[in-house]
Amino acid sequence: MSRALPRSVHPAAWWAWALGLAVAVSTTTNPLVLLLALAVAALVVAARRGSSPWARAFRLYLWLGLAIVVLRVVLHVVVGLKVGTVRVLPLPEATLPSWAAGIQLGGDVYLEGLLGAATLGLRLAVIIACIGAANALANPKRLLRTLPGALHEVGAAVVVSVSVAPQLAESVVRVRRARRLRGDDRRGIRAVPAVALPVLEDTLERSLVLAAAMDSRGYGRSGTAPATTRLVSGLLTLGGLLACAVGLYGILDATTPALMGTPALVAGLALCGGGLWLGGRHVTRTTYRPDPWRGPEWLTLACGAAAAAAGTVVLRTDPDALSMPLSPLAVPDLPLLAVAGLLVAALPAFLTPEPPAAPSRRPARGAGTARAAREARPSAPAPTPRKETAGV
Amino acid sequence: MSEPAVLLESVSVVPAGADRPVLRDVDLAVEEGELALVVGRTGSGKSTLLGAMCGRVPHFTGGTLHGRVLVRGRDTRQHRPRDLADVVGVVGQDPLAGFVTDTVEEELAYGMEQLGLPSATMRKRVEETLDVLGIPELRHVPLRELSGGQQQRVAIGSVLTAHPRLVLLDEPTSALDPTGAEEVLATVTRLVHDLGVTVVVAEHRVERVLHHADRVVHVSPGGEVRAGLPADVMEWSDIAPPVVELGRWAGWRPLPLSVRDARRAAGDLRDRLDGAPVPTGRGAAGAPVLRARDVVVRHPGDVVAVAGVDVDLLPGQVAAVMGRNGSGKSSLLWALQGSGALTAGRVEVLDSEGRSVRPADLSPARRRSRVGLVPQTATDLLYLDTVGGECAQADAESDAPGGTCAALLERFAPGIPDGRHPRDLSEGQKLSLVLAVQLTADPPVLLLDEPTRGLDPGAKAALADTLHDLAGRGRSVLVSTHDVEFVAECADRVLVMATGEVVADGPTADVVVSSPAFAPQVSKVLTPAPWLTVGAVRDAASRAGAS
Repeated sequence: MSRALPRSVHPAAWWAWALGLAVAVSTTTNPLVLLLALAVAALVVAARRGSSPWARAFRLYLWLGLAIVVLRVVLHVVVGLKVGTVRVLPLPEATLPSWAAGIQLGGDVYLEGLLGAATLGLRLAVIIACIGAANALANPKRLLRTLPGALHEVGAAVVVSVSVAPQLAESVVRVRRARRLRGDDRRGIRAVPAVALPVLEDTLERSLVLAAAMDSRGYGRSGTAPATTRLVSGLLTLGGLLACAVGLYGILDATTPALMGTPALVAGLALCGGGLWLGGRHVTRTTYRPDPWRGPEWLTLACGAAAAAAGTVVLRTDPDALSMPLSPLAVPDLPLLAVAGLLVAALPAFLTPEPPAAPSRRPARGAGTARAAREARPSAPAPTPRKETAGV
Repeated sequence: MSEPAVLLESVSVVPAGADRPVLRDVDLAVEEGELALVVGRTGSGKSTLLGAMCGRVPHFTGGTLHGRVLVRGRDTRQHRPRDLADVVGVVGQDPLAGFVTDTVEEELAYGMEQLGLPSATMRKRVEETLDVLGIPELRHVPLRELSGGQQQRVAIGSVLTAHPRLVLLDEPTSALDPTGAEEVLATVTRLVHDLGVTVVVAEHRVERVLHHADRVVHVSPGGEVRAGLPADVMEWSDIAPPVVELGRWAGWRPLPLSVRDARRAAGDLRDRLDGAPVPTGRGAAGAPVLRARDVVVRHPGDVVAVAGVDVDLLPGQVAAVMGRNGSGKSSLLWALQGSGALTAGRVEVLDSEGRSVRPADLSPARRRSRVGLVPQTATDLLYLDTVGGECAQADAESDAPGGTCAALLERFAPGIPDGRHPRDLSEGQKLSLVLAVQLTADPPVLLLDEPTRGLDPGAKAALADTLHDLAGRGRSVLVSTHDVEFVAECADRVLVMATGEVVADGPTADVVVSSPAFAPQVSKVLTPAPWLTVGAVRDAASRAGAS
């Protein structure tokens, strides 16, 4: 694979990669491994995120993770069971009735407990960062476009409702501004009826216009499958979902018979697949410029899987290396195989094609903006068409 | 003879819940390759006619359709709008409201994806359409960042990619500035002339399309539809551009449909008017009631909307501010009123004791009694469920005696029942209601942001009368608009804005006559003499005849 032309990697590949990384993270509380996984996620996001607004959301997930760690530590101090030998914070303890056993309100805080809470919080935070990385790397709209034909209409509805949200905010601002023209400076709850009514009417009108436009452009036109086919595919999907739920329950609850576990889940997935296939057979819809699934996608998938496999293998062979040693306190090990798996997961940052450059070209619309003036120059960077060979 | 593109056979449409048909016994055929122009007053059923041609009426809107509509041989009784998507393309008034995706390229492809065209065909047609529209450089640009004219062209392109044989356009230019409207209409004529598409277009500003039309379809308020050659229909149509009115009055036959035709016929008239005094607008009288100096408005994101504007508003004068979309007109009006952002500069009005105050320092209630503003989406101001309720609320808000607002409304738009829901009013009536609400506080300065959008010529004439009347009673009016004919009818003074600055300011005749974009039709016909309206010409000619 030569230095590939810029293109975005298939969103499903990024999700698979992120889930692999999350699986690897979920096997460990070792802070060294956790921080390494976080660094890997951040590195890949920094190297390969696109120019969509979603791509900038990774930071939000990091803040959310930090909040989780802090919350976990605070909860430990307030209501956690404190055990250990190294006292760091002497606190009075409230006596609780016997039914509240397992909760310890206040009490001396020990370093071991504190570290244990922090690493558990860190694990959740890093898993969330993995999800955030998937979100930043894979435009959710592109992911929805890869849905099977039978689910296309649901996907389109989701996409539309996502794009309606900013319009709603816009009309709220506009109507509030207009209220002041009538000498109305009410704030808070009393202003709600005067703002909500015009905004709701506005939104409804827009939705109707959009629905009419989509109708006239053929949206939903392919739903012409015969009634029996629709019924069968509906029953298949519903039965499949039920079987999936039973299977997941069976896997999580060890006391259920083995048949209720993995076999039920597999059967459920198969039923769902069959239902979707049957429902999608009558859909004559195509996708413009579908995201291809080629070498880089397999590579991304494999890197995520490698990290997950390495984590799982270490968990089976050397579980102690993956946990934070608390009694007695010690410096955590560095399990080489798990570290190697995470380093492999960092490879997509270098081996996948670069994402295409930002397409935005704001025309000189709002009067003399500095940016508009810059971009009005003849040398303005015209968005270069992506020159990928037509896929599929 | 080959099959027409659209055939309506004794079609009547009764909307859901109504007892009176909007369209009555319509027999109409639009032939292949024609450009048909649909004219009629607001609410007369133009949109319903277009809706019936694409199946939206009655499949989407409800109501009852009698008779038969055939689109390329497909009966709309059996075919829903989505089943006609490959033969009919529909473009609405507000392009942004109809967009499904985010970027130009995806929007162009959306319709083809629904039709299930192969990937290679889609790639090819997207490229072709980008070229037809002349916007290949915008392919990846987010739709929200485009100008209005570009958005509307993308909307046209997005239906063209499905290769429909018929394209319906419902007032495609009503939200655009003159330049954007020209772009869109140039695209429309290109469709007809180069691509052979059949086009049906409903349009208020008839003067823009009339000379391209092969057929004019007139919809009367009672729902009767008559179609014919443009020159024939224009003989009696209640919607006619100034050049046709001039031709009817002067008795030119054949009736001129374009400025060029009229100018060739007008040699006589120019001679007759030679030396006749041209009426001038009301001159400045008295001290300014609103003074603004170095007004700067900066919006978030490095956008300078207004860049240092000085303006004085004089009592007893109607001033118009014109300019492209995004040239800062709205921001200027909001800054002058005091409710909008004002980054730098001073705005001063006289308070009731005659002292200068800054409107931004006043409470919203006091502010509105000094400067009234009718915003672009006027209905944002309405939130009660009856007209009477809105009027009573307005009286209470402005400490006016009960009935003030209702009396104003009765003067602007007589005969609106108190119990009517404001949403059920026509565009002109809604505007009258908002105007009455804002004038209840009796402000000496009234600002109107794009009030002519969606108004038919009758409603526009009524608005012009109202503004004249206000000026006659010593109020100062500033109105932002794209409508050059409206400016010619009602403004004494014109300000032209570009990139946030005022580039011209003077009496209407001085500013607009020389401008290619802002000159009204009558002035183009009679140039170099600065005549602006048919009314002025008629008066002058009758005076010249009498003397």
